[in-house]
Amino acid sequence: MNALWIAQVGAVLRLELKKTFLSRRGWWIYLLALGPVGLTLIHWLFEAGHPGGRHSLGDDVTAFAALFLLYYLRAGIFFGCMGIFSNLFRGEMLERTLHYYFLTPLRREILVVGKYLAGLTVALAVFVTSVVLSFLFIGRHFGAAYSDYIWHGPGLSQLGWYALVAALACVGYGAVFLMCGLLFKNPMIAAAVVWVWEGINPFLPTLLKKISVIFYLKSLCPVQVPVPPPFSIMVIDAEATPAWVAVPGLLAVAAILLIYSAISARQAEINYGE
Amino acid sequence: MSDSLVTFSNVSRFYGEVLGINKVSLSIPPGITSLVGPNGSGKTTLMNLMCGLIRPTQGEIGVLGISPQHPERLCRVLGYCAQFDAFPKGLTGYQFVYSFLRMFGMSAAECDQRTRTVLQLAGMTEAANRTVAAYSKGMRQRIKLAQAIAHDPRVVVLDEPLNGLDPLARAEAIALFRQWGDEGRHVIVSSHILHEVDRISDQVILLSHGYVVAEGQIHSVRSEVQEQPMQILVRCDRPHVLAARLFQQDHVVEAKLTSDGKGLLLRTRDADRFYLLLNRVVLESGLEVESVAPADDDVSSVYQYLIGEGASV
Repeated sequence: MNALWIAQVGAVLRLELKKTFLSRRGWWIYLLALGPVGLTLIHWLFEAGHPGGRHSLGDDVTAFAALFLLYYLRAGIFFGCMGIFSNLFRGEMLERTLHYYFLTPLRREILVVGKYLAGLTVALAVFVTSVVLSFLFIGRHFGAAYSDYIWHGPGLSQLGWYALVAALACVGYGAVFLMCGLLFKNPMIAAAVVWVWEGINPFLPTLLKKISVIFYLKSLCPVQVPVPPPFSIMVIDAEATPAWVAVPGLLAVAAILLIYSAISARQAEINYGE
Repeated sequence: MSDSLVTFSNVSRFYGEVLGINKVSLSIPPGITSLVGPNGSGKTTLMNLMCGLIRPTQGEIGVLGISPQHPERLCRVLGYCAQFDAFPKGLTGYQFVYSFLRMFGMSAAECDQRTRTVLQLAGMTEAANRTVAAYSKGMRQRIKLAQAIAHDPRVVVLDEPLNGLDPLARAEAIALFRQWGDEGRHVIVSSHILHEVDRISDQVILLSHGYVVAEGQIHSVRSEVQEQPMQILVRCDRPHVLAARLFQQDHVVEAKLTSDGKGLLLRTRDADRFYLLLNRVVLESGLEVESVAPADDDVSSVYQYLIGEGASV
C-alpha cells in the first residue's frame, strides 16, 4: 500500500465514522449489544441481594457460554453486523449519496477497504465491549471468588478467547454482509439465507458444517455448550477445528469475500432506480 | 483520444431494453457547452457516462484523454455536480466539502484552506457550520457546487446547476461559469432554462430520444435548419415600404408589421438574398434602418424547430 492509499483509507474511515458511529439510525444495533450487558448487570444486582446464592460459579460460566453462543454469535453479532455492514454500500444507494465517493480519485478497492474498516471499528467497539462487560458482570456477585477466578483461574484466558471469537465473528460476518450489500438490492433475503444456514449448522453433515462461519467460531469457544435433548440426537458431531486453522481460516475467508466485494465495487454503477 | 477534448466515439448506453443514448459521437472543446433536450432525452446519461458513474454499452469516451474507467485519474481533472438532492447524513457544509476533499490525498491544512476558499466562492461561509439537512434548496445547490469544484477541476460537469437558485445567486453562478469557460476549462451544463443557456453557452448539444440532434454554435446550428424559414426583425422608419418590396420575392414566406408600426418581422427561406434586397431598398428608397437582427437563432427556437412543440425541456 502506498502513502496515498493509506491516506485515502484514513479519509474514508474518518468520514464513515463521522456519519455512522453513535448515529440515531443505529439505535437498534446498540440495543442488541447493550441487551446482554443489562441482563448480566441485573443478574449481578439481583444475586448480590441473595448471599449464599442458589447456583455455583460454574453455572454462571456455563450460562455465559450459552449466552455467547446462542445470543451473541447467533443473533446479536450476526444481526448487528448485518445492520452495520450491509448498509455501507446499499444504504448509500438508497440515500443516493454513493456517487460522492465514486467522484473522488479513489480506487474502488480502497473504498471497500475503508468502509469495511469503518464498519469493523464500530462492530468491534460495540460487541467486544459488550462481551467483556457481560462476562465481568455475570459472576460479579460471587465477589472475591470471581476475581480470583478471573485473575488466578481460567477466567482471563476465557475472556480473551470470547473477545477474540467476538472479534472474528465481526470480521467474518462483516465481510459476508458487506458483500451482500454490494451484490443484492435487498440484502435481507441473503441475510435470512445465511442465518438459516448458520442456524442448522449443528445438524449438517461434517463437510457442509465447514462451509460456515459459526463452525469455526464455535470451535474457538473456551467453554462448550451441550445441546439439550431432543435436539442432541440430531446433532452430527464433527471434530473441532484447531485454533491455528480456524483463526487464519476465518481471516482468509473474510479476505476472499472482501476481494470479491472489491471486484464487484469496481464494476458497480450509480443507478438509483430512476 | 485528444488531451484537450471530451470525446464520445459511437457511444451507446442501454438500460436493459430501454435506450439511454444511441451512437453518440461528439468532440466537446473547452468553453461552456450546454446540453439541451426534453426529459428522458439522454442528458443525464451523457453526463453520468463522461463522469464514469455508468459505463457505455458500446463505444469509447475520453475526458482530456482519460478513460472514465479510471476514476483515480479522471476525478482529479473532473468535477461533477449531479442532480441528486441528497447528502451524507449528519455533516455540516464544511465537513461535507472537507471530507470528500481528503480523498484526494491532500494534507489536512490544504483541504481546510481549499474548503474555506470554495465556501467563500459559493457564498456559504456563514452557513458552513450548520448541518446540510438544515439548508434551503438554494443553499444545498450551492454547497453541492462548492463540493464539485473544490479540487479545482479542468472539466466541470453540472446537471441543472441553476435549479433552486434565486436570481442573484443564479447571476453569480453564471458569471462563475463564464469565468471558468474563459479560463479554458470545459464547463458542461444541462439546463432547462433556455434563455439562460442562450446567454452562457459557447456551444450547444441538442438531444432527443437518446440521439444528438444538433451540436455546435447556436448560430451555425440555426443556419443548418433549412426547412424552417429564418425569422428576421427589421426596425426602420417605413416598414410598409420594405414589406411591399418583400412580397414580390419568392423566398419570403411571411412578413408582418410589429404592433408599434416601427418594425417588420419576416420569414425567409434565403437570408442572404434578403440581405441583398434590403441593401437595394435602402439605397433606392432612402429607408432608415435602425436594426436588423435574426429573431429565431436562439436555443429556444432551434429547440422548437428540431425537437418540437410538444417536448418539455
